[in-house]
Amino acid sequence: MLLGPSLALSAVLFAIGVAGVLIRRNAIVLFMCIELMLNAVNLTFIALAQVHGMSGQIMVFFVMTVAAAEAAVGLAIILAIFRHTQTVDLTQLNLLKG
Amino acid sequence: MTDLIWLAVALPLLGAILNGAIAVARPTWKSAVSFIGVGTLVAAFAVAVMVALEAARGDGAATTVHLWRWMPVTERLNIDLALVVDRLSVVMLLVITGVGSLIHLFSVGYMRADAGYARYFAYLNLFVAFMLVLVLGASLPVSFIGWEGVGLCSYLLIGFWFDDKANADAGKKAFLANRIGDFGVLIAMFMLWWHVGTLDFGAIAERAPALLPLGGTVVTAITLFLFLGCTGKSAQIPLFVWLPDAMAGPTPVSALIHAATMVTAGVFLVVRMGVLFTMSPVTQLVVTLTGALTAFLAATIALRQYDIKKVLAYSTVSQLGYMFIGVGTGAYTAGIFHLVTHAFFKALLFLGAGSVIHAMHHAQHAAHSELDGQDMRNMGGLRRAMPWTFLLMGLATLAIAGVPPFAGFFSKDEILAAAFARGEVSPVYLASWALGLAAALMTAFYMARLMAMTFMGRFRGGDAMQPHLHDAPWIMTGPLVVLGILSVTGGGLNLPAFAGGSHFLEHWLEPVLRPVTALAMPLAHPHGMTEFLLLGGAIAAAVIGLAAGIRLTLARPVALPADQPPERGLARLLAAKYHIDEIYDFLVVRPLMWFSTRVLWKGIDQFIVDRIAVGGIARVTQGLGWLGSRLQNGQVAFYVAMFAVGAVIILRTLAR
Repeated sequence: MLLGPSLALSAVLFAIGVAGVLIRRNAIVLFMCIELMLNAVNLTFIALAQVHGMSGQIMVFFVMTVAAAEAAVGLAIILAIFRHTQTVDLTQLNLLKG
Repeated sequence: MTDLIWLAVALPLLGAILNGAIAVARPTWKSAVSFIGVGTLVAAFAVAVMVALEAARGDGAATTVHLWRWMPVTERLNIDLALVVDRLSVVMLLVITGVGSLIHLFSVGYMRADAGYARYFAYLNLFVAFMLVLVLGASLPVSFIGWEGVGLCSYLLIGFWFDDKANADAGKKAFLANRIGDFGVLIAMFMLWWHVGTLDFGAIAERAPALLPLGGTVVTAITLFLFLGCTGKSAQIPLFVWLPDAMAGPTPVSALIHAATMVTAGVFLVVRMGVLFTMSPVTQLVVTLTGALTAFLAATIALRQYDIKKVLAYSTVSQLGYMFIGVGTGAYTAGIFHLVTHAFFKALLFLGAGSVIHAMHHAQHAAHSELDGQDMRNMGGLRRAMPWTFLLMGLATLAIAGVPPFAGFFSKDEILAAAFARGEVSPVYLASWALGLAAALMTAFYMARLMAMTFMGRFRGGDAMQPHLHDAPWIMTGPLVVLGILSVTGGGLNLPAFAGGSHFLEHWLEPVLRPVTALAMPLAHPHGMTEFLLLGGAIAAAVIGLAAGIRLTLARPVALPADQPPERGLARLLAAKYHIDEIYDFLVVRPLMWFSTRVLWKGIDQFIVDRIAVGGIARVTQGLGWLGSRLQNGQVAFYVAMFAVGAVIILRTLAR
């Protein structure tokens, strides 16, 4: 049970994740914040699975798989960027500025 | 044979294409050009003769030869490319190909030394092809192809020596004046389609009397718009100003296009549309009066011109005025009769003038003289050097002046008699007759003046030139002789009863004009005493004019252009052509130029279109782009924030 507190916790985690993405400049930290948001969503799925059946839990596996793949690709990109520019500070990466 | 009438058009067209190709690829192949140019014309003339013989055997019914469907628009509007062979188009066909062949032959000699020889013959052949389309067309749109085409060829040939700007300008002037007239023809076509529902000549003549009220506004408007076209093509008031300038072209062109054939297209159109014109008494009055005023006005201007071609040009305008008096009074046969005889003697006069100019240029070249070879004040006494030209031009002068029994006498007399007879209907016709008679007097005068200044007295161009003056070679004089014979005997075509004739042309054209005669009041031909008084008047005008012209010109020595005393009073006004060009320049050209420059160009094009419309759109797009580019600031955090805000908005909307 504990549906209400679970949802509240996931909302808080998601908000922290969003705030981190918006505020932090370090690409690695930003990446971790994204993971945080994904896990907040996972928590929501599991909490609501108690009410709506098992499909929510199955969904969590998918999310974890995709998150793993994303982590691999994302870290590779960050590494590539670092090799290229010697920094992972996102404010410095503004080549596409209009 | 009638089915092969398309050959008459196709042959000159083929000649034009071949000569055009030679002009582009091998401009020096002059003998090939002469062979093609003259050969196709003579072949077309042969076709014309055979068609005419066949038409003479028939009962005079029109034969329409459908070539192909040209514009299948709706069920009601299908325009075929069809040619009509009736007795009217046969007459025109013979004149165009016959006189055309002679002038082509003359051109072989006249243009021989010109670098643009092949181009010249390409244009000339093309002109004949279009002219034949004009007269053979079975419906207004088909004739209109020819109508526009001859205008184009006229433009090309007036500006033939285009490296002199004056010549190019003269071409443009002719083209623009004709465009005004063409606009009238187009409007008339639209109105005819709307009110009568057909553009076919035969069908119009059949249906119009039943569909349009006699003398109503509609038929008057249609015919007046058609007549506007005629004033452009046939150089009548108010659009005659282009024809004198058209003399900038080679002289055989003036003879063929600007005297014998193209300029008579307006007269031809009035006759073709005779039914409509007869249905509107108002238009008939307008046509007659315009013709009479033009005949008079142009004749007065011709009195004081010194350029030999200018005299002939104004004379042509004046004679075309006569033709319009004829067709305006409903004497369509007389109009066509004068058209034919005029084609003979005016072509002869122009070719004669061409021979004179040719001789003058030749002599100038030999003597290294810088005189104006077309100014009659530099000529004089040429009869000894050029006896043939003198003799033949003399015959043409007698013909145009209206001395019996030469061609012009009969045709001009018939027109004047018709105008006089219609005097019972309205005094305007009587006034037209009087103007016509006065113009006849002046015609005789200025032609006698031309002959006296050119051929009589003493040569004024200097002793160095004199030994080099001589008659043109036979290839040029030959056509003149043929035209001379025609000028003398052409009157036989429609010899009236008092001269022992049988009105051949009138009987010949009778089947064509039958729908017209069914509508019109019978013209009371003057008889007995009146007829002889009219004849006497016409002969007296001719003889007095000729005698006065010679006496007054030879009374004192002609001054050279440089010693010319300034003219005063009326003479000055005439020499300046009534300042009509200047008036048109002031009233039409300059306002138009001002409007085009200030309003259309600077105002509408440069300001509204370029600055506001095109520039405005560019500026607005640029501004929006600038706004958009502010969002693209390169900060991932900013993008994500925008994304989050957007996501929240969407979720809010969906959750509602």
